[in-house]
Amino acid sequence: MIGRPSTSRAAAAFSAGRVGAMVLRYVYILRGSWPRIVELAYWPLMQVVLWGFISKFLATNSSWVAQGAGVLIGAALLWDVLFRGQLGFSISFLEEMWSRNLANLFISPLRPYEFVAALTLMSLIRTLIGVVPAAFLAILFYGYSIFDLGLPLVAFFFLLMMMGWAVGLVITALIMRFGLGAEGLAWIAIFALAPLSGVFYPVAILPDWLQVVSWALPSAYVFEGMRAVIFDGTLRVDHLVRALALDIVYIAAAGAYFLHTFHVARRKGLLMGIGE
Amino acid sequence: MDDHPEGEDPAPTPAPAPAPAITVHDLTKSFGATKSFGAVKAVDGISFTIARGETAALLGANGAGKTTTIAMLVGLLIADGGTITVLGEDMARHRYRVLGRINLSSPYIDLPRRLTVEENLAVFARLYGVDNISRRIEELAEELELGPLLRRPSGTLSSGQRSRMALAKALINRPEVLFLDEPTASLDPDTADRIRTYLAAYRARENATIFMASHNMAEVERMCTTVMIMKAGRIERSGTPRQLIAQTGCSNLEEVFLDIVRGRAAQ
Repeated sequence: MIGRPSTSRAAAAFSAGRVGAMVLRYVYILRGSWPRIVELAYWPLMQVVLWGFISKFLATNSSWVAQGAGVLIGAALLWDVLFRGQLGFSISFLEEMWSRNLANLFISPLRPYEFVAALTLMSLIRTLIGVVPAAFLAILFYGYSIFDLGLPLVAFFFLLMMMGWAVGLVITALIMRFGLGAEGLAWIAIFALAPLSGVFYPVAILPDWLQVVSWALPSAYVFEGMRAVIFDGTLRVDHLVRALALDIVYIAAAGAYFLHTFHVARRKGLLMGIGE
Repeated sequence: MDDHPEGEDPAPTPAPAPAPAITVHDLTKSFGATKSFGAVKAVDGISFTIARGETAALLGANGAGKTTTIAMLVGLLIADGGTITVLGEDMARHRYRVLGRINLSSPYIDLPRRLTVEENLAVFARLYGVDNISRRIEELAEELELGPLLRRPSGTLSSGQRSRMALAKALINRPEVLFLDEPTASLDPDTADRIRTYLAAYRARENATIFMASHNMAEVERMCTTVMIMKAGRIERSGTPRQLIAQTGCSNLEEVFLDIVRGRAAQ
Protein backbone atom coordinates (compact mmCIF):
# COMPACT_ATOMS: atom_id res chain seq x y z
CA MET A 1 0.00 0.00 0.00
CA ILE A 2 1.28 3.45 -0.85
CA GLY A 3 1.33 5.99 1.98
CA ARG A 4 -0.38 9.32 2.01
CA PRO A 5 1.47 12.12 0.23
CA SER A 6 3.72 14.32 2.30
CA THR A 7 1.67 16.99 4.06
CA SER A 8 4.55 19.46 4.04
CA ARG A 9 5.03 19.00 0.30
CA ALA A 10 1.35 19.63 -0.37
CA ALA A 11 1.43 22.73 1.84
CA ALA A 12 4.60 24.18 0.24
CA ALA A 13 3.99 27.72 -0.98
CA PHE A 14 5.47 26.99 -4.41
CA SER A 15 5.97 23.62 -6.00
CA ALA A 16 7.72 23.08 -9.30
CA GLY A 17 6.13 19.62 -9.24
CA ARG A 18 2.64 21.10 -9.36
CA VAL A 19 3.62 23.46 -12.17
CA GLY A 20 5.12 20.47 -14.00
CA ALA A 21 1.90 18.50 -13.45
CA MET A 22 -0.11 21.22 -15.18
CA VAL A 23 2.36 21.48 -18.06
CA LEU A 24 2.17 17.70 -18.42
CA ARG A 25 -1.62 17.96 -18.58
CA TYR A 26 -1.40 20.38 -21.55
CA VAL A 27 1.32 18.35 -23.24
CA TYR A 28 -0.98 15.31 -23.02
CA ILE A 29 -3.63 17.31 -24.88
CA LEU A 30 -1.23 18.37 -27.61
CA ARG A 31 0.29 14.91 -27.92
CA GLY A 32 -3.11 13.33 -28.29
CA SER A 33 -4.38 15.67 -30.98
CA TRP A 34 -2.32 16.25 -34.13
CA PRO A 35 -4.90 18.75 -35.51
CA ARG A 36 -4.07 20.99 -32.55
CA ILE A 37 -0.37 20.90 -33.40
CA VAL A 38 -1.13 21.62 -37.05
CA GLU A 39 -3.36 24.50 -35.98
CA LEU A 40 -0.51 25.97 -33.93
CA ALA A 41 1.77 26.17 -36.96
CA TYR A 42 -0.85 26.82 -39.64
CA TRP A 43 -1.50 30.52 -39.13
CA PRO A 44 2.15 31.59 -38.73
CA LEU A 45 3.00 29.64 -41.89
CA MET A 46 0.21 31.37 -43.83
CA GLN A 47 1.37 34.74 -42.50
CA VAL A 48 4.88 34.12 -43.80
CA VAL A 49 3.62 32.96 -47.20
CA LEU A 50 1.39 36.03 -47.53
CA TRP A 51 3.91 38.60 -46.33
CA GLY A 52 6.67 36.93 -48.30
CA PHE A 53 4.85 37.54 -51.59
CA ILE A 54 3.85 41.06 -50.53
CA SER A 55 7.50 41.75 -49.73
CA LYS A 56 8.64 40.41 -53.10
CA PHE A 57 6.20 42.66 -54.87
CA LEU A 58 6.99 45.75 -52.78
CA ALA A 59 10.76 45.20 -53.06
CA THR A 60 10.47 46.21 -56.72
CA ASN A 61 7.88 48.94 -56.11
CA SER A 62 8.85 50.48 -52.79
CA SER A 63 12.25 51.87 -51.95
CA TRP A 64 11.50 51.54 -48.21
CA VAL A 65 10.93 47.79 -48.42
CA ALA A 66 13.77 47.41 -50.91
CA GLN A 67 16.18 49.03 -48.41
CA GLY A 68 15.09 46.77 -45.56
CA ALA A 69 14.94 43.28 -46.98
CA GLY A 70 12.62 41.10 -44.95
CA VAL A 71 11.27 43.91 -42.79
CA LEU A 72 7.68 42.85 -43.44
CA ILE A 73 8.31 39.13 -42.96
CA GLY A 74 10.25 39.87 -39.79
CA ALA A 75 7.41 42.04 -38.53
CA ALA A 76 4.84 39.36 -39.37
CA LEU A 77 6.86 36.74 -37.49
CA LEU A 78 7.36 38.94 -34.44
CA TRP A 79 3.69 39.94 -34.42
CA ASP A 80 2.88 36.25 -34.34
CA VAL A 81 5.12 35.87 -31.30
CA LEU A 82 2.94 38.43 -29.47
CA PHE A 83 -0.30 36.93 -30.75
CA ARG A 84 0.74 33.32 -30.04
CA GLY A 85 2.14 34.29 -26.65
CA GLN A 86 -1.24 35.69 -25.61
CA LEU A 87 -3.30 33.00 -27.34
CA GLY A 88 -1.21 30.13 -25.95
CA PHE A 89 -1.79 31.47 -22.45
CA SER A 90 -5.53 31.97 -22.89
CA ILE A 91 -6.20 28.70 -24.75
CA SER A 92 -4.60 26.61 -22.03
CA PHE A 93 -6.93 28.28 -19.54
CA LEU A 94 -9.89 27.74 -21.86
CA GLU A 95 -9.06 24.01 -21.93
CA GLU A 96 -9.96 23.96 -18.21
CA MET A 97 -13.18 25.88 -18.81
CA TRP A 98 -14.19 23.61 -21.70
CA SER A 99 -13.55 20.48 -19.65
CA ARG A 100 -15.19 21.87 -16.44
CA ASN A 101 -11.99 21.02 -14.62
CA LEU A 102 -11.26 24.27 -12.76
CA ALA A 103 -12.92 23.08 -9.55
CA ASN A 104 -10.83 19.89 -9.53
CA LEU A 105 -7.69 21.99 -9.86
CA PHE A 106 -8.53 24.46 -7.14
CA ILE A 107 -9.55 21.92 -4.52
CA SER A 108 -6.06 20.47 -5.00
CA PRO A 109 -3.00 22.13 -3.43
CA LEU A 110 -2.38 23.98 -6.73
CA ARG A 111 -1.93 27.71 -6.09
CA PRO A 112 -3.31 30.24 -8.57
CA TYR A 113 0.20 31.58 -9.24
CA GLU A 114 1.46 28.05 -9.95
CA PHE A 115 -1.38 27.72 -12.42
CA VAL A 116 -0.27 31.01 -14.02
CA ALA A 117 3.32 29.73 -14.16
CA ALA A 118 2.11 26.62 -16.02
CA LEU A 119 0.05 28.71 -18.46
CA THR A 120 3.12 30.86 -19.08
CA LEU A 121 5.32 27.86 -19.83
CA MET A 122 2.70 26.42 -22.16
CA SER A 123 2.42 29.75 -23.92
CA LEU A 124 6.16 29.61 -24.58
CA ILE A 125 5.98 26.02 -25.84
CA ARG A 126 2.97 26.69 -28.09
CA THR A 127 4.56 29.84 -29.51
CA LEU A 128 7.78 28.03 -30.37
CA ILE A 129 5.83 25.21 -32.04
CA GLY A 130 3.95 27.80 -34.10
CA VAL A 131 6.62 30.32 -35.02
CA VAL A 132 9.82 28.30 -35.47
CA PRO A 133 8.56 26.32 -38.51
CA ALA A 134 7.36 29.60 -40.05
CA ALA A 135 10.78 31.15 -39.52
CA PHE A 136 12.42 28.25 -41.36
CA LEU A 137 9.84 28.49 -44.14
CA ALA A 138 10.83 32.13 -44.65
CA ILE A 139 14.44 31.03 -45.15
CA LEU A 140 13.43 28.27 -47.53
CA PHE A 141 10.97 30.26 -49.65
CA TYR A 142 12.25 33.81 -49.53
CA GLY A 143 15.85 33.54 -48.42
CA TYR A 144 15.03 35.71 -45.41
CA SER A 145 16.30 34.57 -42.02
CA ILE A 146 14.92 36.34 -38.98
CA PHE A 147 17.83 34.78 -37.10
CA ASP A 148 20.06 37.32 -38.89
CA LEU A 149 18.76 39.86 -36.37
CA GLY A 150 21.17 38.14 -34.00
CA LEU A 151 21.01 38.54 -30.23
CA PRO A 152 18.46 41.38 -30.37
CA LEU A 153 16.00 38.80 -31.68
CA VAL A 154 16.13 37.03 -28.32
CA ALA A 155 15.30 40.31 -26.56
CA PHE A 156 12.50 41.11 -29.04
CA PHE A 157 11.08 37.61 -28.60
CA PHE A 158 10.92 37.72 -24.81
CA LEU A 159 9.68 41.31 -24.65
CA LEU A 160 6.78 40.38 -26.93
CA MET A 161 6.14 37.14 -25.03
CA MET A 162 5.95 39.12 -21.78
CA MET A 163 3.45 41.50 -23.30
CA GLY A 164 1.46 38.50 -24.58
CA TRP A 165 1.41 37.04 -21.05
CA ALA A 166 0.16 40.32 -19.59
CA VAL A 167 -2.67 40.51 -22.15
CA GLY A 168 -3.34 36.78 -21.67
CA LEU A 169 -3.64 37.24 -17.90
CA VAL A 170 -6.25 39.97 -18.33
CA ILE A 171 -8.24 37.99 -20.91
CA THR A 172 -8.07 34.87 -18.75
CA ALA A 173 -9.32 36.83 -15.76
CA LEU A 174 -12.20 38.21 -17.83
CA ILE A 175 -13.14 34.70 -19.01
CA MET A 176 -13.02 33.44 -15.42
CA ARG A 177 -15.25 36.33 -14.34
CA PHE A 178 -17.75 36.36 -17.22
CA GLY A 179 -17.59 32.74 -18.37
CA LEU A 180 -17.29 31.24 -21.83
CA GLY A 181 -19.34 34.11 -23.25
CA ALA A 182 -16.10 36.10 -23.11
CA GLU A 183 -14.18 33.34 -24.91
CA GLY A 184 -13.97 35.31 -28.17
CA LEU A 185 -11.69 37.83 -26.46
CA ALA A 186 -8.93 35.22 -26.56
CA TRP A 187 -8.85 35.39 -30.36
CA ILE A 188 -9.63 39.01 -31.12
CA ALA A 189 -8.60 41.29 -28.25
CA ILE A 190 -4.91 41.44 -29.17
CA PHE A 191 -5.72 42.75 -32.66
CA ALA A 192 -6.87 46.03 -31.12
CA LEU A 193 -3.19 46.62 -30.29
CA ALA A 194 -1.86 45.87 -33.79
CA PRO A 195 -2.49 49.33 -35.34
CA LEU A 196 -0.92 50.97 -32.28
CA SER A 197 2.13 48.73 -32.18
CA GLY A 198 3.61 49.95 -35.45
CA VAL A 199 4.04 46.39 -36.66
CA PHE A 200 4.39 47.18 -40.38
CA TYR A 201 4.96 50.97 -40.28
CA PRO A 202 6.76 53.47 -38.06
CA VAL A 203 4.88 54.85 -35.07
CA ALA A 204 5.60 58.34 -36.47
CA ILE A 205 2.89 57.99 -39.09
CA LEU A 206 0.19 57.79 -36.43
CA PRO A 207 -1.59 61.00 -35.37
CA ASP A 208 0.23 62.73 -32.52
CA TRP A 209 -2.39 61.87 -29.90
CA LEU A 210 -2.31 58.21 -30.94
CA GLN A 211 1.47 58.11 -30.75
CA VAL A 212 1.16 58.83 -27.04
CA VAL A 213 -0.92 55.67 -26.66
CA SER A 214 1.42 53.76 -28.94
CA TRP A 215 4.48 54.58 -26.86
CA ALA A 216 2.72 53.12 -23.83
CA LEU A 217 2.93 49.71 -25.49
CA PRO A 218 6.07 47.55 -25.20
CA SER A 219 5.36 46.21 -28.69
CA ALA A 220 5.83 49.68 -30.25
CA TYR A 221 9.42 49.80 -28.91
CA VAL A 222 10.10 46.26 -30.13
CA PHE A 223 8.95 46.90 -33.71
CA GLU A 224 10.77 50.24 -33.85
CA GLY A 225 13.82 48.45 -32.47
CA MET A 226 13.55 45.74 -35.11
CA ARG A 227 13.44 48.34 -37.89
CA ALA A 228 16.45 50.12 -36.37
CA VAL A 229 18.43 46.88 -36.56
CA ILE A 230 17.30 46.10 -40.13
CA PHE A 231 17.62 49.60 -41.65
CA ASP A 232 20.41 51.18 -39.59
CA GLY A 233 22.19 48.19 -38.14
CA THR A 234 21.88 49.76 -34.68
CA LEU A 235 20.50 48.30 -31.47
CA ARG A 236 18.28 50.80 -29.62
CA VAL A 237 18.98 49.78 -26.04
CA ASP A 238 16.74 52.61 -24.82
CA HIS A 239 13.84 51.00 -26.66
CA LEU A 240 14.57 47.63 -25.06
CA VAL A 241 14.78 49.12 -21.57
CA ARG A 242 11.50 51.00 -21.95
CA ALA A 243 9.75 47.93 -23.34
CA LEU A 244 11.04 45.82 -20.44
CA ALA A 245 9.93 48.40 -17.86
CA LEU A 246 6.46 48.56 -19.39
CA ASP A 247 6.25 44.76 -19.56
CA ILE A 248 7.08 44.48 -15.88
CA VAL A 249 4.46 47.07 -14.94
CA TYR A 250 1.79 45.42 -17.10
CA ILE A 251 2.55 41.89 -15.90
CA ALA A 252 2.41 43.02 -12.27
CA ALA A 253 -0.89 44.82 -12.85
CA ALA A 254 -2.36 41.94 -14.87
CA GLY A 255 -1.22 39.40 -12.25
CA ALA A 256 -2.86 41.43 -9.48
CA TYR A 257 -6.05 41.64 -11.55
CA PHE A 258 -6.00 37.86 -12.15
CA LEU A 259 -5.60 37.13 -8.43
CA HIS A 260 -8.34 39.62 -7.58
CA THR A 261 -10.66 37.98 -10.12
CA PHE A 262 -9.80 34.55 -8.72
CA HIS A 263 -10.94 35.80 -5.32
CA VAL A 264 -14.14 37.20 -6.85
CA ALA A 265 -14.73 33.84 -8.58
CA ARG A 266 -14.41 32.07 -5.23
CA ARG A 267 -16.80 34.54 -3.63
CA LYS A 268 -19.40 34.22 -6.40
CA GLY A 269 -19.14 30.45 -6.87
CA LEU A 270 -17.89 30.76 -10.44
CA LEU A 271 -15.25 28.02 -10.15
CA MET A 272 -17.91 25.38 -9.63
CA GLY A 273 -20.61 27.00 -11.73
CA ILE A 274 -23.04 27.09 -8.84
CA GLY A 275 -23.16 30.79 -8.11
CA GLU A 276 -24.31 33.95 -9.78
CA MET B 1 13.84 9.27 42.89
CA ASP B 2 11.22 7.50 40.97
CA ASP B 3 7.79 8.89 41.74
CA HIS B 4 6.06 5.77 40.53
CA PRO B 5 5.72 2.49 42.44
CA GLU B 6 8.08 -0.22 41.23
CA GLY B 7 6.68 -2.35 38.51
CA GLU B 8 4.16 0.20 37.36
CA ASP B 9 4.71 2.23 34.28
CA PRO B 10 4.05 5.91 34.67
CA ALA B 11 0.60 6.71 33.43
CA PRO B 12 1.03 7.87 29.88
CA THR B 13 0.11 11.46 29.25
CA PRO B 14 -3.07 11.26 27.26
CA ALA B 15 -2.53 12.39 23.71
CA PRO B 16 -4.59 15.42 22.89
CA ALA B 17 -7.78 14.37 21.19
CA PRO B 18 -7.52 14.97 17.46
CA ALA B 19 -9.55 17.88 16.17
CA PRO B 20 -12.86 16.89 14.64
CA ALA B 21 -12.75 16.24 10.93
CA ILE B 22 -15.15 19.10 10.20
CA THR B 23 -16.51 21.87 12.39
CA VAL B 24 -18.93 24.39 10.94
CA HIS B 25 -20.33 27.29 12.91
CA ASP B 26 -23.09 29.66 11.80
CA LEU B 27 -22.20 29.32 8.12
CA THR B 28 -24.02 31.62 5.71
CA LYS B 29 -23.91 32.20 1.97
CA SER B 30 -26.14 34.30 -0.29
CA PHE B 31 -26.13 34.75 -4.04
CA GLY B 32 -27.36 37.23 -6.55
CA ALA B 33 -28.25 40.49 -4.84
CA THR B 34 -29.30 42.89 -7.63
CA LYS B 35 -31.23 46.14 -7.82
CA SER B 36 -34.36 44.20 -8.74
CA PHE B 37 -34.00 41.14 -6.53
CA GLY B 38 -32.73 40.61 -3.06
CA ALA B 39 -30.06 38.07 -2.31
CA VAL B 40 -31.07 34.40 -2.17
CA LYS B 41 -29.84 32.75 0.99
CA ALA B 42 -28.33 29.48 -0.19
CA VAL B 43 -27.00 28.56 3.24
CA ASP B 44 -28.52 30.17 6.29
CA GLY B 45 -26.58 29.88 9.51
CA ILE B 46 -25.83 26.16 9.70
CA SER B 47 -23.62 24.60 12.37
CA PHE B 48 -22.43 21.03 12.84
CA THR B 49 -19.44 18.92 13.85
CA ILE B 50 -18.31 15.69 12.21
CA ALA B 51 -15.88 13.48 14.12
CA ARG B 52 -12.97 11.74 12.44
CA GLY B 53 -13.84 8.39 10.99
CA GLU B 54 -17.52 9.21 10.63
CA THR B 55 -19.61 8.94 7.50
CA ALA B 56 -22.01 11.86 7.36
CA ALA B 57 -24.65 12.82 4.84
CA LEU B 58 -26.29 16.05 3.88
CA LEU B 59 -29.75 15.50 2.46
CA GLY B 60 -32.12 17.95 0.91
CA ALA B 61 -34.22 18.69 -2.12
CA ASN B 62 -32.59 20.32 -5.16
CA GLY B 63 -31.54 23.85 -4.22
CA ALA B 64 -31.54 23.15 -0.50
CA GLY B 65 -27.90 24.26 -0.18
CA LYS B 66 -26.04 20.94 -0.13
CA THR B 67 -23.63 21.60 -3.01
CA THR B 68 -23.05 25.17 -1.82
CA THR B 69 -22.16 23.83 1.61
CA ILE B 70 -19.72 21.28 0.17
CA ALA B 71 -18.16 23.94 -2.06
CA MET B 72 -17.48 26.07 1.02
CA LEU B 73 -16.11 23.09 2.96
CA VAL B 74 -13.51 22.36 0.27
CA GLY B 75 -12.54 26.02 -0.16
CA LEU B 76 -14.00 26.59 -3.62
CA LEU B 77 -16.49 29.12 -2.35
CA ILE B 78 -15.94 31.87 0.19
CA ALA B 79 -18.61 32.03 2.91
CA ASP B 80 -20.36 35.29 3.74
CA GLY B 81 -20.23 34.50 7.44
CA GLY B 82 -19.39 31.82 9.95
CA THR B 83 -16.38 29.56 10.31
CA ILE B 84 -15.25 26.26 8.80
CA THR B 85 -12.53 24.16 10.38
CA VAL B 86 -11.33 21.06 8.55
CA LEU B 87 -8.82 18.74 10.25
CA GLY B 88 -8.18 21.47 12.80
CA GLU B 89 -7.38 24.20 10.25
CA ASP B 90 -9.41 27.31 9.61
CA MET B 91 -10.37 27.07 5.93
CA ALA B 92 -10.65 30.84 5.58
CA ARG B 93 -7.02 31.39 6.55
CA HIS B 94 -5.10 28.14 6.13
CA ARG B 95 -6.85 26.11 3.48
CA TYR B 96 -3.60 25.17 1.74
CA ARG B 97 -2.56 23.26 4.87
CA VAL B 98 -5.59 21.06 4.35
CA LEU B 99 -6.20 20.79 0.60
CA GLY B 100 -3.60 18.05 0.17
CA ARG B 101 -5.40 15.96 2.82
CA ILE B 102 -8.93 16.14 1.45
CA ASN B 103 -10.56 15.51 -1.91
CA LEU B 104 -13.88 15.74 -3.69
CA SER B 105 -15.86 13.91 -6.32
CA SER B 106 -18.87 15.72 -7.75
CA PRO B 107 -21.03 15.37 -10.84
CA TYR B 108 -20.85 19.16 -11.22
CA ILE B 109 -17.20 19.02 -12.13
CA ASP B 110 -15.45 16.94 -14.72
CA LEU B 111 -12.09 15.59 -15.76
CA PRO B 112 -10.56 16.48 -19.15
CA ARG B 113 -12.18 14.23 -21.72
CA ARG B 114 -9.27 14.24 -24.17
CA LEU B 115 -6.90 12.75 -21.61
CA THR B 116 -6.91 9.04 -20.92
CA VAL B 117 -7.97 7.81 -17.50
CA GLU B 118 -4.34 7.08 -16.67
CA GLU B 119 -3.18 10.54 -17.79
CA ASN B 120 -5.87 12.25 -15.71
CA LEU B 121 -4.93 10.26 -12.63
CA ALA B 122 -1.21 10.89 -13.21
CA VAL B 123 -1.74 14.66 -13.43
CA PHE B 124 -3.72 14.75 -10.19
CA ALA B 125 -1.28 12.42 -8.45
CA ARG B 126 1.46 14.95 -9.24
CA LEU B 127 -0.68 17.87 -8.09
CA TYR B 128 -1.18 16.11 -4.75
CA GLY B 129 2.47 15.11 -4.46
CA VAL B 130 1.73 11.37 -4.42
CA ASP B 131 4.80 9.13 -4.27
CA ASN B 132 5.12 6.11 -6.57
CA ILE B 133 2.39 7.32 -8.88
CA SER B 134 2.19 4.32 -11.17
CA ARG B 135 1.76 1.96 -8.20
CA ARG B 136 -0.99 4.14 -6.74
CA ILE B 137 -2.81 4.23 -10.08
CA GLU B 138 -2.51 0.45 -10.35
CA GLU B 139 -3.98 0.08 -6.86
CA LEU B 140 -6.94 2.29 -7.64
CA ALA B 141 -7.47 0.66 -11.02
CA GLU B 142 -7.68 -2.70 -9.32
CA GLU B 143 -9.90 -1.53 -6.48
CA LEU B 144 -12.32 0.38 -8.72
CA GLU B 145 -12.13 -2.00 -11.68
CA LEU B 146 -10.62 0.60 -13.96
CA GLY B 147 -7.79 -1.54 -15.30
CA PRO B 148 -9.13 -2.09 -18.83
CA LEU B 149 -10.08 1.58 -19.06
CA LEU B 150 -6.76 3.17 -18.14
CA ARG B 151 -5.64 3.77 -21.74
CA ARG B 152 -9.01 5.01 -22.94
CA PRO B 153 -9.76 8.72 -23.38
CA SER B 154 -12.07 9.81 -20.59
CA GLY B 155 -14.53 11.17 -23.12
CA THR B 156 -15.24 7.67 -24.43
CA LEU B 157 -16.33 6.29 -21.05
CA SER B 158 -19.92 5.63 -20.01
CA SER B 159 -21.31 7.80 -17.22
CA GLY B 160 -20.84 4.98 -14.73
CA GLN B 161 -17.22 4.49 -15.79
CA ARG B 162 -16.67 8.24 -15.53
CA SER B 163 -18.06 8.19 -12.00
CA ARG B 164 -15.55 5.51 -11.05
CA MET B 165 -12.74 7.52 -12.65
CA ALA B 166 -13.84 10.61 -10.70
CA LEU B 167 -13.84 8.55 -7.53
CA ALA B 168 -10.33 7.28 -8.33
CA LYS B 169 -9.20 10.89 -8.74
CA ALA B 170 -10.83 11.75 -5.40
CA LEU B 171 -8.96 8.89 -3.72
CA ILE B 172 -5.60 9.46 -5.41
CA ASN B 173 -4.12 11.21 -2.36
CA ARG B 174 -5.71 8.88 0.23
CA PRO B 175 -7.77 11.76 1.61
CA GLU B 176 -8.42 11.97 5.34
CA VAL B 177 -11.72 13.66 4.52
CA LEU B 178 -13.48 12.58 1.36
CA PHE B 179 -16.30 14.77 0.07
CA LEU B 180 -18.75 13.06 -2.26
CA ASP B 181 -21.58 14.74 -4.09
CA GLU B 182 -24.03 12.10 -5.35
CA PRO B 183 -21.37 9.35 -5.37
CA THR B 184 -23.49 6.60 -6.93
CA ALA B 185 -26.00 8.65 -8.93
CA SER B 186 -25.10 7.29 -12.36
CA LEU B 187 -24.06 3.78 -11.37
CA ASP B 188 -26.02 0.59 -11.95
CA PRO B 189 -27.20 -1.12 -8.71
CA ASP B 190 -24.46 -3.74 -8.79
CA THR B 191 -21.62 -1.24 -9.29
CA ALA B 192 -23.17 1.19 -6.81
CA ASP B 193 -23.29 -1.55 -4.19
CA ARG B 194 -19.66 -2.43 -4.79
CA ILE B 195 -18.66 1.23 -4.52
CA ARG B 196 -20.50 1.57 -1.21
CA THR B 197 -18.74 -1.51 0.11
CA TYR B 198 -15.41 -0.15 -1.10
CA LEU B 199 -16.00 3.25 0.50
CA ALA B 200 -16.95 1.66 3.81
CA ALA B 201 -13.77 -0.43 3.71
CA TYR B 202 -11.68 2.63 2.79
CA ARG B 203 -13.14 4.60 5.69
CA ALA B 204 -12.42 1.78 8.14
CA ARG B 205 -8.91 1.10 6.82
CA GLU B 206 -7.77 4.73 6.70
CA ASN B 207 -9.90 6.06 9.57
CA ALA B 208 -11.10 8.52 6.97
CA THR B 209 -14.12 10.74 7.23
CA ILE B 210 -16.68 10.66 4.45
CA PHE B 211 -19.03 13.59 3.94
CA MET B 212 -21.60 13.10 1.23
CA ALA B 213 -24.57 14.72 -0.35
CA SER B 214 -27.02 12.19 -1.70
CA HIS B 215 -30.57 11.66 -2.82
CA ASN B 216 -30.33 7.92 -2.31
CA MET B 217 -31.94 7.36 1.09
CA ALA B 218 -31.22 3.64 1.25
CA GLU B 219 -27.54 4.41 0.59
CA VAL B 220 -27.47 7.01 3.36
CA GLU B 221 -29.29 4.74 5.78
CA ARG B 222 -26.77 2.00 5.10
CA MET B 223 -23.55 4.03 5.14
CA CYS B 224 -23.98 7.04 7.39
CA THR B 225 -23.71 7.54 11.11
CA THR B 226 -24.85 11.16 10.94
CA VAL B 227 -27.53 12.59 8.71
CA MET B 228 -28.45 16.24 8.32
CA ILE B 229 -31.52 17.22 6.35
CA MET B 230 -31.42 20.67 4.78
CA LYS B 231 -34.29 22.80 3.62
CA ALA B 232 -33.97 26.32 2.23
CA GLY B 233 -30.39 26.64 3.45
CA ARG B 234 -31.05 25.47 7.00
CA ILE B 235 -30.50 22.16 8.73
CA GLU B 236 -34.00 21.08 9.71
CA ARG B 237 -33.06 17.83 11.42
CA SER B 238 -29.93 15.93 12.28
CA GLY B 239 -29.03 12.69 14.01
CA THR B 240 -28.39 9.07 13.23
CA PRO B 241 -30.76 7.51 10.71
CA ARG B 242 -32.41 5.54 13.54
CA GLN B 243 -32.85 8.65 15.66
CA LEU B 244 -34.45 10.55 12.81
CA ILE B 245 -36.82 7.68 12.07
CA ALA B 246 -37.74 7.34 15.74
CA GLN B 247 -38.18 11.10 16.24
CA THR B 248 -40.56 11.44 13.33
CA GLY B 249 -42.45 8.18 13.68
CA CYS B 250 -41.65 7.30 10.08
CA SER B 251 -40.78 3.83 8.88
CA ASN B 252 -37.64 4.73 6.95
CA LEU B 253 -35.36 7.63 6.08
CA GLU B 254 -37.08 8.31 2.79
CA GLU B 255 -40.33 9.03 4.62
CA VAL B 256 -38.47 11.29 7.05
CA PHE B 257 -36.97 13.16 4.14
CA LEU B 258 -40.29 13.57 2.34
CA ASP B 259 -42.05 14.73 5.49
CA ILE B 260 -39.42 17.37 6.13
CA VAL B 261 -39.11 18.75 2.60
CA ARG B 262 -42.91 18.81 2.28
CA GLY B 263 -43.28 20.50 5.66
CA ARG B 264 -45.18 17.63 7.32
CA ALA B 265 -42.65 16.65 9.96
CA ALA B 266 -43.62 17.29 13.58
CA GLN B 267 -41.38 19.89 15.14
